[in-house]
Amino acid sequence: MAQMTMIQAITDALRTELRNDENVLVFGEDVGVNGGVFRATEGLQKEFGEDRVFDTPLAESGIGGLAIGLTTQGFRPVPEIQFFGFLFEVMDSVSGQMARWRYRTGGAFHAPITIRSPFGGGVHTPEMHADSLEGLMAQQPGLKVVIPSTPYDAKGLLISAIRDNDPVIFLEHMKLYRSFRQEVPEEEYTIPLGKAEVKREGSDLTIVAYGAMVHDSLKAAEELEKEGHSVEVIDLRTISPLDIDTIIASVEKTNRAIVVQEAQKQAGIAAQVVAEINDRAILSLEAPVLRVAAPDTVYPFSQAEPVWLPNHKDIIETAKKVLQF
Amino acid sequence: MASKTKKTQFDAVKTLENIEGQFEMVQILNEKGEIVDDSLVPELSDEQLTELMRRMVYTRILDQRSISLNRQGRLGFYAPTAGQEASQLASHFALEKEDFILPGYRDVPQIIWHGLPLYKAFLFSRGHFVGNQIPEGVNVIPPQIIIGAQYVQAAGVALGFKKRGKQAVAVTYTGDGGSSQGDFYEGINFAGAYSAPAIFIVQNNQFAISTPREKQTAATTIAQKAIAAGIPGVLVDGMDPLAVYTVVKEARERAINGGGPTLIETMCYRYGPHTMAGDDPTRYRTSDTDSEWEKKDPLVRFRNYLVNKGIWNEEKENEIIEQAKEDIKEAIKKADDTPKQKVTDLISNMYEELPNNLQEQYEIYKEKESK
Repeated sequence: MAQMTMIQAITDALRTELRNDENVLVFGEDVGVNGGVFRATEGLQKEFGEDRVFDTPLAESGIGGLAIGLTTQGFRPVPEIQFFGFLFEVMDSVSGQMARWRYRTGGAFHAPITIRSPFGGGVHTPEMHADSLEGLMAQQPGLKVVIPSTPYDAKGLLISAIRDNDPVIFLEHMKLYRSFRQEVPEEEYTIPLGKAEVKREGSDLTIVAYGAMVHDSLKAAEELEKEGHSVEVIDLRTISPLDIDTIIASVEKTNRAIVVQEAQKQAGIAAQVVAEINDRAILSLEAPVLRVAAPDTVYPFSQAEPVWLPNHKDIIETAKKVLQF
Repeated sequence: MASKTKKTQFDAVKTLENIEGQFEMVQILNEKGEIVDDSLVPELSDEQLTELMRRMVYTRILDQRSISLNRQGRLGFYAPTAGQEASQLASHFALEKEDFILPGYRDVPQIIWHGLPLYKAFLFSRGHFVGNQIPEGVNVIPPQIIIGAQYVQAAGVALGFKKRGKQAVAVTYTGDGGSSQGDFYEGINFAGAYSAPAIFIVQNNQFAISTPREKQTAATTIAQKAIAAGIPGVLVDGMDPLAVYTVVKEARERAINGGGPTLIETMCYRYGPHTMAGDDPTRYRTSDTDSEWEKKDPLVRFRNYLVNKGIWNEEKENEIIEQAKEDIKEAIKKADDTPKQKVTDLISNMYEELPNNLQEQYEIYKEKESK
């Protein structure tokens, strides 16, 4: 075991898979000799060579097309999009092409691609760096969308993502890259995609969260505990497909739920979680399922992040509305 | 007192003219089927020459039959190919089996001659997934509908070949309109930066639906766009099978010897509409232009060339026409006999392992389908 930050756990997962499978290729803007703008690929080119870990021209759409083309020759590409706000440049390669590759060829081809990309607020980035666009990806049939919140999850989920034979979008929250350390096994291990985890057990209320909001939810749960409320916190880990079983089992136990996301209310995936609970567990509900989300504006100018981004106080407020309904 | 300093004159127009002057059209056979450039004539045996003619005639018949079958409602989406036989088939003729083709939506003939069964091409037209189930070992992807996407993907296939150390090339096609897309530039630029073995072909058939070539760009040739990627660009008479074959062959040789990609503009024409989905070329094209290009017909000039060499005659041509019609009839029959698609088929083709939402929906549709 070693104490690792999330970014170290990600590098460790990439190193593990570059060693395990000679078809794994890591590429993107400045991921080679520079080791990535966040050091996620630090040392990898040195260890595995320029043939395995390499820089690309500055063009996201080209990177997406490159990844797809490489799969036809048996490679397992792990491209990086420097910031997920740049997704729009590569939307066709992702949603229009790789997500549909297996389906449109009736299984003759498939796209074992893992796109890594940082996102998320709270670190005062410039425009179009921090936007939460996972909702767009979750609406695209053919993709899986993974968002880890801890170093341990990040390593196990990234190894699973890379080994998956269909395209996976792996979103890394920038605020979580180095915010804390955690014991992470040095050997390889996997965490199944599509499986949530109960990060804290409770009996009065279920909080469903993902990304940085998991930590705000845990903090809120602690404070609610002091007031006598037992709160269960579910970290989705994979936001598409959703782990319906874990969510429903929890709601059937607690009879109350809220869904917490950093994305705007009209974006993200909270509405989908609410709809699934309504479909499957309405008779267990003592109160409506409410959402904690950001206002429906464009992502804030950096100085406005503290008043805009949802935090543990918003979660406590919404939790109390549901608890006192 | 006025300054006597001489104003420096940088002649930017001259720079442009110099560039344009470098892209003269390669032609080997003129409209009458006469050799105009002996030095470029490719080394093709009589058998190869007649085989190329055979494929061109066959494909012209395939186009005529496809239009007719589409009108009868026995085919769906169809983008006519008549006029582009030299551009499509002579370029394909220069390839090897291990080469990988990334076609656009009009480039069905190339993937048929590369190994896609005809009935599958018809199923593609109708909208059936079996049409896109490319047989193992046939190095093509289904026709690409998103104009430009095949270009960035071709750069990836070519880089894959380079990394595997294979002596093969990725070949992709787009039209004149497609050369305005961002993916067009990104594709040729990536392939150039990686010196990847790719051949990018722009079939300039003068119109993108109703929009003439001149409305796409002020550039006088599309071939010169290669300069932006720092790769060789070639302008070729796309109605001349020998010239198309020669430039593609040369690009292939260079690519497999580590010389990187080439951009080839084939100057050609489609006699038919853009697609069979209601496009009416008389709204944007004059019959004068049509007949001018009909004089340049690749079949006419190649037929004359081969007849003069004494290796082609009417009997051979009729034989291949009958063969084509027979094959097409059989292929349509085989397409008709293909089982209808079910929702459970579509679900099964989504992922290697179905996620829980699709497992659930699979059961729902399986139940519906069992009734």
